[in-house]
Amino acid sequence: MRTAHELTVENDGIADTLTLTRGVSRAEVIREICVHLEPYQTGEKPIAGDTVIAKDLTIDSLAIMDMVMELEDRFDVSIPMSVVAEIHTVDQLADTIRDLRAQS
Amino acid sequence: MGLFDRHAGLLDAYRDVRTTGYDPFQIRMERVLSPTKAIINGRETLLVGTNNYFGLTFDRSCMDAAIEAIEAEGTGTTGSRIANGSYTEHVALEREIAEFYGKKHCMVFTTGYQANLGVISTLAGPDDFLLIDADSHASIYDACKMTQAEVVRFKHNDPSSLEARLRRLGDKPGNRVVVLEGIYSMLGDRAPLGDFVNVCKKYGAYVLIDEAHSLGALGDHGRGLCEVAGVIDDCHFIVGTFSKTLGAIGGYCVSDDPDFDILRVTVRAYMFTASLPPSIVASVRQALRVVKARPELRTQLWDNVATLYDGLKAQGFTLGPEHGPVVGVHLPDRMTAIGFWRAMLDAGIYVNVAVPPATPNGVSLLRCSLCAVHTKEQLDHMVEVMTGIGRQFGVLPDKQLRAAGAR
Ligand SMILES: Cc1ncc(COP(=O)(O)O)c(C=O)c1O
Repeated sequence: MRTAHELTVENDGIADTLTLTRGVSRAEVIREICVHLEPYQTGEKPIAGDTVIAKDLTIDSLAIMDMVMELEDRFDVSIPMSVVAEIHTVDQLADTIRDLRAQS
Repeated sequence: MGLFDRHAGLLDAYRDVRTTGYDPFQIRMERVLSPTKAIINGRETLLVGTNNYFGLTFDRSCMDAAIEAIEAEGTGTTGSRIANGSYTEHVALEREIAEFYGKKHCMVFTTGYQANLGVISTLAGPDDFLLIDADSHASIYDACKMTQAEVVRFKHNDPSSLEARLRRLGDKPGNRVVVLEGIYSMLGDRAPLGDFVNVCKKYGAYVLIDEAHSLGALGDHGRGLCEVAGVIDDCHFIVGTFSKTLGAIGGYCVSDDPDFDILRVTVRAYMFTASLPPSIVASVRQALRVVKARPELRTQLWDNVATLYDGLKAQGFTLGPEHGPVVGVHLPDRMTAIGFWRAMLDAGIYVNVAVPPATPNGVSLLRCSLCAVHTKEQLDHMVEVMTGIGRQFGVLPDKQLRAAGAR
């Protein structure tokens, strides 16, 4: 099942065909993650794929888990807690979300 | 790296807390006088933070039962049920709790923490799925660390969030176990249990509910939220504790599952720790009789909840979403909460202070828990004291200042 909200977000050009296979662009996932992480950014260095979430930012473990819940609903996947525990970087989180989407 | 270096952040936070003068995590009750009074820092203090919902810690009949049991069977069992055997009274207690809920089976544990830890981690095995509320108690989170099942959190008290997660599991094989609490321990809010149960039925999920804070407090017979919602039969596992309303220590789990007793030889938190001593078993059995015989205690408790909750609300405090035996008072940040807590202690009132990371959504709280035997005068006084401190700390608007500004 896909929500109308997601369809409009992805309804442009190539993304549209990807949507049919539940694909979503990496950039799209990363962009969404960054929106959630921005409030926890410190210093000059922008949040990027190699940002280590629990270390480079001021976010605590509970807030990470809450962010994961938001991302789960945005991308319609569930990320088990044991998998979350193994994720360190923004890239890893994005890849996990994309892999889970591809599987379901 | 030193063993304690990884706790550097926590140590800093803890140091902050202690600079206020008292350490909220090492409060000494120099002498406990009654369910609602103790000597702290040399001064008689009103207790409004001890989960002693019915005030049964000093109930004459419960104390007598404990004393008699010590005389008859000694101070301790010196081992676990599987090693040293069950006393007749352990078995009687289990039967009485099962009967209380109208369930077939009951297992008693040495603490409620162990009941959750052991049952939840064992019920869901490899290839199973454990779905827990985001605001679950530490004992539930710890069970999740021990289980081999896949664990997913859903948004607090949000049946649609649970449903999305059950739906995503699709037709994957494996049991689904959903863990809920009757009343949540920080803000005193209840689960929308009827809706949760409907979602669970739709997806064939088992329901486990922890009624730690609702035993005695909710339901015409004090069985908890499952009684209020009329879903006792739909809750496959009901967990609870003896450490709050029943005024002692220990935990339990009841169920109708015919194979429930297999947990006695699979749950390590049951098998490898000493069983409850005779005195505790006796006082708990008596406390359960009191809960059944004196429903007026429940009425008194809720009257007291209304006095405190409505009193604080009227003064402008931000509280948990609904009346509950726990009243959580929101404060803007950690240091304000700790300062406020300390000022209350100086004024002779003890509550709990709860700050991140122990709280949901990073909130800072004063956590008050009510007792059936608090008096209205005590609670009115408490509202007055908190209002005064609230103005001092700028948490509530200062009346005088407001009047001056208006001129
Ligand atoms: C929701 C909840 N479950 C379980 C427990 C554990 O109970 P016990 O004190 O019996 O270990 C508590 C209390 O700390 C609790 O608040």
